[in-house]
Amino acid sequence: MSERRPITLRVNGRELSGSAEARMTLADFLRDELGLTGTHLGCEHGVCGACTVLMDGRSIRSCLMFAVQAEGHELTTVEGLAGPDGSLSPVQEAFSVNHALQCGFCTPGFLIAVTEYLAEGAPEVDDEDALRARLSGNLCRCTGYQNIVAAVRDAAERVRRSS
Amino acid sequence: MSGATHPYAPAGGPGSPAVRPPAYVGQRLRRKEDARLVTGRATHVADLRIPGLLHAAVLRSPFAHARIVRIETEAAATAPGVVRVFTARDLEGKIGPFVEAARTEIAPLLREKIGPTLKSCPMPVLAADRVLWVGQPVAVLVAADRYLAEDALELVQVEYEPLAAVSDPEHALEPDAPVLHPELGDNVQTSFVVSVGDVDGAFARAERTLSARLVMGRTAANAMETRGVAAVPDPGRDELTVWDANARPHLVRTFICEMLGLPADGVRVIGPDMGGSFGTGMFPEDVLIAFLARELGRPVRWVEDRRENLANTRHARDQIHQVEVAFDGDGRIIALKDRYLIDGGAYNNYAITVSYNSAAHLRGQFAIDHMRVEALSVLTNKAPVTPVRGAGRPEVVFVMDRIVDLVATELGLDPVEVRRRNLIRPEQMPYPMGMPYRDGVDIVYDRADFPGQLERALELFGYDEFRREQAAAREAGRRIGVGVSSYVEGSGYGPYEGAVVRIDSQGHVTVATGAKPHGQSLETTLAQICADQLGVTPDDVTVKAGDTALIAHGIGTFASRSAVTAGTAVGVAAARLREKVLAVAGELLETHPSDLDLERGIIAARGAPDRRVTLAEVARAAAPGPRAKLPPGMEPGLETVYYYVPPTVTFASGTHVVGVEVDEETGFVRLLKYVTTDDCGQMLNPAVVEGQVHGGVAHGIGNALFEEVVYDGDGQLLTGTYMDYLLPTASDVPPIAVGHQEEFPSELNPFGIKGVGEGGAVSPPAAIANAIVDALRPMRVRVDRVPIGPERLYRLIREARGDSATG
Repeated sequence: MSERRPITLRVNGRELSGSAEARMTLADFLRDELGLTGTHLGCEHGVCGACTVLMDGRSIRSCLMFAVQAEGHELTTVEGLAGPDGSLSPVQEAFSVNHALQCGFCTPGFLIAVTEYLAEGAPEVDDEDALRARLSGNLCRCTGYQNIVAAVRDAAERVRRSS
Repeated sequence: MSGATHPYAPAGGPGSPAVRPPAYVGQRLRRKEDARLVTGRATHVADLRIPGLLHAAVLRSPFAHARIVRIETEAAATAPGVVRVFTARDLEGKIGPFVEAARTEIAPLLREKIGPTLKSCPMPVLAADRVLWVGQPVAVLVAADRYLAEDALELVQVEYEPLAAVSDPEHALEPDAPVLHPELGDNVQTSFVVSVGDVDGAFARAERTLSARLVMGRTAANAMETRGVAAVPDPGRDELTVWDANARPHLVRTFICEMLGLPADGVRVIGPDMGGSFGTGMFPEDVLIAFLARELGRPVRWVEDRRENLANTRHARDQIHQVEVAFDGDGRIIALKDRYLIDGGAYNNYAITVSYNSAAHLRGQFAIDHMRVEALSVLTNKAPVTPVRGAGRPEVVFVMDRIVDLVATELGLDPVEVRRRNLIRPEQMPYPMGMPYRDGVDIVYDRADFPGQLERALELFGYDEFRREQAAAREAGRRIGVGVSSYVEGSGYGPYEGAVVRIDSQGHVTVATGAKPHGQSLETTLAQICADQLGVTPDDVTVKAGDTALIAHGIGTFASRSAVTAGTAVGVAAARLREKVLAVAGELLETHPSDLDLERGIIAARGAPDRRVTLAEVARAAAPGPRAKLPPGMEPGLETVYYYVPPTVTFASGTHVVGVEVDEETGFVRLLKYVTTDDCGQMLNPAVVEGQVHGGVAHGIGNALFEEVVYDGDGQLLTGTYMDYLLPTASDVPPIAVGHQEEFPSELNPFGIKGVGEGGAVSPPAAIANAIVDALRPMRVRVDRVPIGPERLYRLIREARGDSATG
């Protein structure tokens, strides 16, 4: 049980190595071994979405995966969203401008999930029900989601304008 | 409109002490907090990197009521990575009793005027002989990491002898019910009666009466960050630093110091970034982790997991009301009687807070001259309750607004018309309610226009048009309905909050306060207030909140209090500091201070703008030492401290209107449209106000339709995960239109602020219940209990149709 295995993966464009017991979750590995504490744990049973990260471009719940399963994969966490010069991504910028976060604890998960959605071309962004259904995999207790919906539309527009 | 000044307005009326008009205040400024929060650089308790850190895990009771026969810790203590295991025996003589908050918090004036019965039952940090709810801490162990700690928890052997448990507060009052705390005699922890006017006479004369039993189930706060505490001892100095995700750092320090026998300045409590709270309350772990760190001489951290959180943290509501109402044939409500039970769980440290809030807010916006409430806070084998967003108000607003609807139904009137006939009118303001608030001061509502607020909300909603749509929908077999709810909220509860405002030698301004934001945006809004009063920009101001080392006294952030109390403290401290800055600048410029202006950090002579100094130059001139250039007799240093003591609460208010569609075949409720109109006085930042309202409404929607902490008859928790306890998602919350009444700044503080943190959460259960009733009005379905999920509503519909309820 306690045997640690080496793990090498790419996180936010950098190759990183660490080691973990087989039972260590990816979330704990990111936070405790790699020091990437921007990925938050809200429920540790796959419901709240705060721990969402991208693996090979697809959103996953890092609390439901073991670190060893991420061996050799490419991850993006909230720390990897801003540009190398620190400039905020369109999603980060839109969340702040639209007051789409209050306590900010769920925010990393939303930012990642929305980044994935924008990469898909933000389908059905004008359809209120469809957009809200898309966002319903992440829980927020502060905002009532209204400004998050607005921020997603704003971010989609920012991406559209810049492309 | 009456021009009467509020009796508690400070002498000199609004604008006293001299304050400058809002400039940055009122603007939708982007938040200062966001930069770190959107980049993953915030620091929560679990994010702290502490060398040599040990990890605690808590063993909790699986029984609602049991005697602890024996605890065997040997196997756990020798498990890999384990440093030590602690049970209640290991704490004996080392840790004082967990002080009952209600004892210390009950206002002397309230005790004098109402004389509540409040029995003391101190809570053990770890259960010694008996456990009283599922989730109660029984043992704690400390290990090298969290995985090893949880492994070892499984090796702690506890022999329990299960005892009869009571999970129903009405049963808890029966003679055959087990008594939770035998030393209290029975299960009634708190009780009081509040009587206003001549209730019996009014009922004797009443044209009509009706009664109802109205119930709000138990829900939980569910901050997205669970609780957490990290404690780092400095054994050499016998000092301790504690990071705690608790919005009351100074109170945490008080508890730690009193229970561990430490001087206040030997313990520093820091509130790091916090992922919400939505309520207040002290918990055993706040002190336990500090104890462990001192005992082991090592840093220790505990982070609650969601299972622990759902079983323990900030349960709330859980009230049963038996109401009688007297009214006339026009729908005017003459008198109310309400006997209510609050299921406080196994300990209720905030019994008076919630139970009295309920009494004080029952009549809300309505002019009802006669009222008698009898409140009982009852002990059961469930998790202790605490105040949570709304704190006793959502329950009674649900009661009152259902009553209005029942009266309307009885008389065949539109419920909105019954509301209109009962609202307190603007010319009656400031309106005395004939009873004290929780601080003991007699309630006098702030100036407001409740009928105007209702009409504005109805107009924003499109009430008349909706009624037409409803008629057409009924023809087409669709069940849509509209519900209205209104509330008042005493906000800005005392006893005080303070601020230190300081200018450094670079001209940068730092504000420290005992308030501890966790989503409320105080780093931005307090900077806006400071900037206006001092004469700088919000960018020049850094707000540091919730660190006991930075300000001697503090209360914290809860009860819609911080914008009012910390905001006023910051504003007054900054205004005073401005006077000092101008006085020092006057020395430097050889000009009378009254001839100087301070804008954007530059002090210049009026009419001679080339004669100017910067804030940094003034700060250096004010620094102590032989180079100081100060007016004769002035103390050096650019720092002011001000503690604002509000005369009493200031009343905010709001009206909500919701449209729903009910699927008769499934009991599923869809929210079509949600409108609010609030009066929170002077808005500090409208974007922040709207955000607070949105979030509150979503919380209230959860309380109305989805969320419930469920225990079985033996006190076993059935909702221990997010698969069982349903929080509203983006799909469950409709777009919310937020309107404001801005014409009634508070007269009780110089900046006109009323609180807005909780109001959004207060009205949704009432509005939604009434809207469901309205949608099903032809069937005469009564929604007298919330949450009303699809299953419950389906049963009500089946009963109303005369079908078999079991379907």
